[in-house]
Amino acid sequence: MKFLKFLILGTLFGIVMAKSEAFSWFRIQEMFRFQSFHMYGIIGTGVTLGVIGVALIKKYKLRDIKGNPILFYPKEKSTARYLIGGTIFGLGWALSGACPGPMVVNIGYGYMAMIIVFVFAIIGTYLFGIIKNKLPH
Amino acid sequence: MLEFIQQPWTSWVSGALIAGIMFLLLFFGQSFGFSSNLRTICSAAGGGKFVKFFDFNWRSQIWNLMFLIGAVLGGFIANQFLSNGQPVQISQNTISDLATLGIAPPTSAQPDELFSIEYMFTLKGFLILAVGGLLVGFGSRYAGGCTSGHAISGLSNLQLPSLIAVIGFFIGGLIMTFVLLPLIL
Repeated sequence: MKFLKFLILGTLFGIVMAKSEAFSWFRIQEMFRFQSFHMYGIIGTGVTLGVIGVALIKKYKLRDIKGNPILFYPKEKSTARYLIGGTIFGLGWALSGACPGPMVVNIGYGYMAMIIVFVFAIIGTYLFGIIKNKLPH
Repeated sequence: MLEFIQQPWTSWVSGALIAGIMFLLLFFGQSFGFSSNLRTICSAAGGGKFVKFFDFNWRSQIWNLMFLIGAVLGGFIANQFLSNGQPVQISQNTISDLATLGIAPPTSAQPDELFSIEYMFTLKGFLILAVGGLLVGFGSRYAGGCTSGHAISGLSNLQLPSLIAVIGFFIGGLIMTFVLLPLIL
């Protein structure tokens, strides 16, 4: 079953989000109040190892499991959409204490109120799709 | 050993595991970005008939939906088998600041004042959860990614757009934390 590996990786991701407490509204508040290094340590370690690993993949032209080269596509150049979209995202992140991944981890953990947050995140994405062309990009 | 795992995991161990997950996804021919699932769900639900943005071959994203199902499962496993039942150990300063907003010190991972079943069925409680979700869903697609896609994958590839998005995450987060939350709670 070709999808099993993604199910397992997702499970590991869910366990890490819960055990690192990154899925907690309290931890997100602590981060935005700059009162602990915890969340910065998680993201900082992830990005530091990420930068090194991506550089190595590029340098040695590493290939994936099917033998295809691992390619990275530059993100589309713009400022407005990243800044405005990012700010809207940040407002929601600090309010609900969860970005999309941790939302579903919370649901699995037993916080049923997160179902509302997740359903409305889907609705928010749908609204974006409707008015996408009227927004500055 | 189990007792060791049941403690909260140190930030660098967690960060290293997240980088590991990102690299395994690359090795499996995909990339780490969770919020794409929201668009995929809109498409799978038939949104493509009404809105062009959702008219794409969502079946190519089934791998990511499997990752999502795994994340739910991971949350369940963490709670059932890997938890020592201790509340999150946030700093004393945060506890004091939140007390002024009427949020009691942690007794679990989430505040009852926002995430209890009773509160979720009050108008205010429902609106906070709903608006929070709407903003995350709208903003992540507008910005083209969330914490995983921009802060982890994008920054790892030294993408300026991702840095701008992450700065945006913090502008929004700080406005909510210091300006809006005191008015809302």
